[in-house]
Amino acid sequence: MTDRRERDQHSGTETTGHEWDGVRELDTPLPRWWLYIFYATIVAAVVYWVLMPAWPLPNGYTKGVLNWSDRSNVSADIHALRAARGPMFERLAQASAAQIAADPELQQFARAAGEAVYGDYCRTCHGAGGAGAPGYPVLADDVWIWGGSLADIEHTLRVGVRSTHPETRLSMMPAYGRDGLLSAHQIADVTEYVIALSAARDRLDPNAAAAARGGALYQEQCSACHGPAGAGDRAVGAPSLSDDVWLYGGKREEIRRQVELGRGGVMPSWASRFDPGTLRALAYYVHEMGGGEPDAPAPATPTQ
Amino acid sequence: MKTTLLDTTARDDLAIDARAVNSRQSRELYKKRQQIYPKLAHGAFRNLKWAAMVVLLAIYYVTPWLRWDRGLGRPDQAVLVDFEGRRFYFFFIELWPHEIYYITGLLILAAFAIFLSSALFGRVWCGYACPQTVWTDLYIHVERWIEGDRNARMRLDKAPLSFSKVRQKISKHALWLVIAAATGGAWVFYFGDAPTLFADIFTGKASAAVYVFIGLLTFTTYALAGTMREQVCTYLCPWPRIQAAMIDKDALSVAYRAERGEPRGPHKKGESWQGRGDCIDCHQCVAVCPQGIDIRDGDQLECINCALCIDACDAVMTKVGRPVGLIAYDSYGAAARRERGGAARYRLIRPRTMLYGSLMTLVAALMVYGLATRATLQLNVIRDRSPPFVRLANGSIRNDYALKIINMSARSRRVAIAVAGLEGARLQAPSLDGAGRFVADVQADSVGAARLHVAAPADVGAGVHELAFTITDLDSGDVATSASAFLAGAP
Repeated sequence: MTDRRERDQHSGTETTGHEWDGVRELDTPLPRWWLYIFYATIVAAVVYWVLMPAWPLPNGYTKGVLNWSDRSNVSADIHALRAARGPMFERLAQASAAQIAADPELQQFARAAGEAVYGDYCRTCHGAGGAGAPGYPVLADDVWIWGGSLADIEHTLRVGVRSTHPETRLSMMPAYGRDGLLSAHQIADVTEYVIALSAARDRLDPNAAAAARGGALYQEQCSACHGPAGAGDRAVGAPSLSDDVWLYGGKREEIRRQVELGRGGVMPSWASRFDPGTLRALAYYVHEMGGGEPDAPAPATPTQ
Repeated sequence: MKTTLLDTTARDDLAIDARAVNSRQSRELYKKRQQIYPKLAHGAFRNLKWAAMVVLLAIYYVTPWLRWDRGLGRPDQAVLVDFEGRRFYFFFIELWPHEIYYITGLLILAAFAIFLSSALFGRVWCGYACPQTVWTDLYIHVERWIEGDRNARMRLDKAPLSFSKVRQKISKHALWLVIAAATGGAWVFYFGDAPTLFADIFTGKASAAVYVFIGLLTFTTYALAGTMREQVCTYLCPWPRIQAAMIDKDALSVAYRAERGEPRGPHKKGESWQGRGDCIDCHQCVAVCPQGIDIRDGDQLECINCALCIDACDAVMTKVGRPVGLIAYDSYGAAARRERGGAARYRLIRPRTMLYGSLMTLVAALMVYGLATRATLQLNVIRDRSPPFVRLANGSIRNDYALKIINMSARSRRVAIAVAGLEGARLQAPSLDGAGRFVADVQADSVGAARLHVAAPADVGAGVHELAFTITDLDSGDVATSASAFLAGAP
């Protein structure tokens, strides 16, 4: 630092005394209004301390005169939102499938509410948009294990599959290989027969001799649930074997593994988790994914 | 003769160049603004500025009140930025948010316009049309009306506090605030129905945002035009820094003709003009300058080229009997030619200005073409990506699509949605018309949404197939198409 401040010849402004490669830095004074703005920000900060939560204390923090709290604001917002949506959920819970079909406002509400709940609770297993995963059924197709009408879907949601609910949907396929019910050869034969039954026969080209041997075993062991022609039975949750949609994969080895292990997944019961309106919205959303079936005609009222 | 200790030689030794490092001046870290008292100029450019001010302020204040009939239930304001309805109305044009490229086009046009005007006439924007200049000019005029012209104002500011001084100061600031509030008030009219909003503002029914924006613009107008003035141009505005790149040797700008004016000096009536310049150093050009500069120092960042110094100097030159134009619009090229003894030459038409002009014409033509051929029925198709496809019980493959049907016309439409381009692909919906199309109604001036399923036979083959959706207006026959894809994979 020089003891005498140098002035720039051209502008008449003092320099800071710093120099880089002959270029000297001007010490141009800031305009005074800029200084005032700086003071104003300091005043604003003090006002902020008074109004808003600001300073940490050993046992908490200064609350501020406005008593602002993000936590209580969010909580109040959530309560207000619930109160505002309550009547719509109520209406949805009371509505029949036909009433929903005739009410675009209710549909839009059910779609949006169902999508939100699906994203939070169902997506983990069933995938975004009902894409499914091995062992977790695809919801966007038209293949249903327990039925695809709005009422069926809602019932499945309510009681779950192999859940703790007393009325749970329940089906048990025996583990033919693991439990030694059939030999490995027999399982291979049944697998060929199942392939021959299904729409996968064109791509997997089943062995005719093995399939013939497997046919007898199938009628003996499998047809009770899956049907003599492999049509499946929704009443007992036996999937159709006639299409080319496979819960545990459609390769020959994957089909054989399923006969061997008889796997079955678990879906929790959602009845205790959601109110009826939310359950209805969720069912509507899943029903609308693309494969929803029309509701079965109402059972005839028993005449006595 | 008595010899003192401090003889001349000794005195020379003592006369070292010492300056107080910490003098009051050096201590000043923040520069105090020096008040500028522009004197009223009279002349052609002052008249031009009056005209520009009246026209520009009129455009600003009157535009929101112009009406334009668009039919029942639709806004009848000629120029309206409707944020709530997400529309921009400009007379016969109605723009949707996705048509922001028209605004981009306008901005490009504005940019080229300022390039062109700079290349032709230097900082005409700064001098005549910039809101900062127009409102500052208006505020100075109010100040002059209440406190008097330059000398009176200077006297008033130096005068001790008196009733008259307080009265003048208060009425000046009050009038400034009224103008500022009117400026903010007019601004919000561009964003809502002006007559309704006008009544709402005074009855307290307008939204908080309206009052906040009026307050904000009242403050900025008052601060920028009333108290900051030339400091905005000098400190805040980037344009003075940029515009140097737009100026070339042929661009006109306000300049003092030094070769004619120098050597300057006071001149008494009847004295010869022989051997001296025409500048009589009367400082009139400095007195009228709203930026507080001396144009005779040459081109400078602070100069907004308002040309008031030309008016001031021309008046003086006429009075002393010399030709006008000592300060005039001039170019570096012309000045250089004169210095070499040649005649000044001004070239307005040159490659740079022709390029700017043709680019402006091109952009304007593109915009007009775009507006003239603008389709009022558009289709956007978004393919669901999860799941990419599903296999159905009968073996066929299904893809799902979300369609957005944009109806930008003022009537509702009934459209038939069809899919084409993939063998065997057909729409799946609860109800289809005879041609396998899905019929939907779309409200006027709105976006209709539909979620559609498309199924293709099992043997469609794995991979990505091309597919196109077409919507046809069943009344007018307008057609919109959107290409999409159909995905299939092995089980």
